[in-house]
Amino acid sequence: MTFEYAPALESRAIVSIAPSYGLFINGEFVDPTSGTMFKTINPATEEVLAEISEANQSDVNAAVNSARRAFERTWSVMSGRDRAKYLFRIARLLQERAREFAVLETLDNGKPIRESRDIDVPLAAAHFFYYAGWADKLEHAGLGPNPQALGVAGQIIPWNFPLLMLAWKIAPALACGNTVVLKPAETTSLTALLFAEVCQQADLPPGVVNIITGAGDTGQMIVEHDGINKIAFTGSTDVGKSIQRALAGTNKKLTLELGGKAANIIFDDAPIDQAVEGIVDGIFFNQGHVCCAGSRLLLQESIAEETIEALKRRLQTLRLGDPLDKNTDIGAINSREQLNKIHQLIKSGDDEGAERWTAPCEIPEKGWWCAPTVFTNVTAAHRIAREEIFGPVLSVLTFRTADEAVEKANNTPFGLSAGIWTEKGSRILWMANQLRAGVIWANTFNRFDPTSPFGGYKESGFGREGGIQGLGAYLQSATDSDVHAKGMS
Amino acid sequence: MQKVAEPLTTTGALREFLHALPGVDEVGATARAAALSTRSIKNEAKAWAIDLAIRMVDLTTLEGMDTPAKVRAMCAKALRPDPTDPTVPSVAAVCVYGDMAAIARASVGAALHVAAVATAFPSGRASLEVKLHDVRDAVAAGADEIDMVIDRGAFLAGNYGLVNEQIVAVKAACGTAHLKVILETGELRTLDNVRRASWLAMMAGADFIKTSTGKVPVAATPPVAIVMLQAVRDYYALTGTRIGVKPAGGIRTSKDAIKYLVLIKETAGEAWLTPDLFRFGASTLLNDLLMQRQRMAIGHYSGPDYVTID
Repeated sequence: MTFEYAPALESRAIVSIAPSYGLFINGEFVDPTSGTMFKTINPATEEVLAEISEANQSDVNAAVNSARRAFERTWSVMSGRDRAKYLFRIARLLQERAREFAVLETLDNGKPIRESRDIDVPLAAAHFFYYAGWADKLEHAGLGPNPQALGVAGQIIPWNFPLLMLAWKIAPALACGNTVVLKPAETTSLTALLFAEVCQQADLPPGVVNIITGAGDTGQMIVEHDGINKIAFTGSTDVGKSIQRALAGTNKKLTLELGGKAANIIFDDAPIDQAVEGIVDGIFFNQGHVCCAGSRLLLQESIAEETIEALKRRLQTLRLGDPLDKNTDIGAINSREQLNKIHQLIKSGDDEGAERWTAPCEIPEKGWWCAPTVFTNVTAAHRIAREEIFGPVLSVLTFRTADEAVEKANNTPFGLSAGIWTEKGSRILWMANQLRAGVIWANTFNRFDPTSPFGGYKESGFGREGGIQGLGAYLQSATDSDVHAKGMS
Repeated sequence: MQKVAEPLTTTGALREFLHALPGVDEVGATARAAALSTRSIKNEAKAWAIDLAIRMVDLTTLEGMDTPAKVRAMCAKALRPDPTDPTVPSVAAVCVYGDMAAIARASVGAALHVAAVATAFPSGRASLEVKLHDVRDAVAAGADEIDMVIDRGAFLAGNYGLVNEQIVAVKAACGTAHLKVILETGELRTLDNVRRASWLAMMAGADFIKTSTGKVPVAATPPVAIVMLQAVRDYYALTGTRIGVKPAGGIRTSKDAIKYLVLIKETAGEAWLTPDLFRFGASTLLNDLLMQRQRMAIGHYSGPDYVTID
């Protein structure tokens, strides 16, 4: 007999999902003036979880006005120490309600409970703790003696880490004294709406956080709204470019965290067993729905064959299935649309002559799934080597020398992250100086910490989130404070 | 992985081979062990795992205060761990000092393996002649498994040829008895050393590689077990021979034991999920396995007075 893990399901009873949700404006849930609702779906079962409000222009106006009032009357005049008190309270509530958030995130997003429980939710709480600590110490952040908040921040976040991206956006903004209007992605609004409840529970002054739901049109209304001082966007490079075009000539500040096509570079002296784990963490974490995913594996030729063999052996132990099962490694693809896009790119890999290997997984009947896929014999010209797939698909390329690895790694319009695997410390430092990527991991991959800045080069965006650098995105620099004050008073 | 053309015996040739093995990143190996420890083993899977773990126990007493009565009592327990429940399987073996091997063998007959620690256990600080005599003595007394210790001093000094020579000699002295080679990973300190010592022992003729004596502060840990399981997996890929693994010391709860079974399944593979290729060196673990087994049968914990102390 073999050792079969019995199903170990996390109970969904801990979270209660309402049949429909309003918009969170000025500290209260209100019905959308449009009266239009859309459905949010569990990608693992295709079951409708709830109906979500679609915000129109007058809702966006109401949210921005509420944020403006809260900024002027309450939040910007409150002491940093008092702002910190609220942020610490939110952080603790996220911890207290961690299981609820984890289950809800898994239901709405499709990611394995192991990840939402061990990574997304604890990191989200950690971001609030970290930036709560900064709220009364901003004058020591190296941004001038008396740094000032920007005003109202419009924040648009993606569906891959719904709560975590919310924390990355809201925690620094609030710590610096800004108020926010945040729009979650249309397929993953639920944890943001649960977070709105946490804001109520924490007695956060009304209007400091406003959460409005909707699709791209609603996002565009936020971007184009005159009452907003700053846009922070995480999402696709195409949308990022259109946002930047829309903001041209305005006074609004902008940070963009966009796509990636990261190189994960394995040298022949690497700790191979751990490197294989790093490859798995790099591209199969969160079904590959990670902007900094290590989607291009660069293997030194002398170890390519044995590493691919070891990788395939390892991938056969990955468990794809019910995201609520605590033993699931690979969950569901967030939407049918995304699955189609992944399939389309896989097909392009086949058509262009790369060699495909798919892990032997039983695919559930309902829901949207993609088995871990590895392409070998990939050349730099293939679409799967150049375009962001945002799915569990790895493209393997090889190199002969460190110079060649650098050239290939940098040969992409993106520049969000990179990984280096070698036991040689001097080579790590040399490579890190050569690679044009915002985050470089050495002998690990996809590790995140609130104290460490995150952000991209080139088409991966600009601005940094996390760490002391993340404060700069929500404070006026000494040079623009005069201009800004005139524009906004 | 390099191909081994012929047996490596000299320190120089062994160094060349062992130091060319891929390094082990301690942070990564520890993270992998931690990730696997979150596997949730429930219901039928847990019941199956508990019975397998019982069958993998080398029930051990290695004390200066061991007496024939103590050893006989332990042997009775090993044969029939739960006197109230005949469906409980026997453990794999009893593990004793060499001078107790005859008593153990008389107690368990042919039903169980008798493992004896030998070679100046636990320090290994004696001449090769004394170590070999220790081994022959235990085999003559009825031990069919010998748990030897490597010379950690020689290993750390880079004298791989000497370590190899001693294992080869002990293996010869074992005759038909199975040889388990204790690396004492708590003294080797680094996972790179664990990997090298594992390969050294396997190439010298070990049937099993074992983590620890249980006599130094750091005994078996999951990252060490992962590295040893990778070593036997890779050795099998290279030679077609499966070597066993025995973590020993510090494994006290069913939860810990099940974590090791998960490590086996997801590192070396299902083929190692047998007492022929995996053992737990333990004394208190067995009672916790029995209590968990009772709990699964009757629905609540019985308590330590409902399992025997031997």
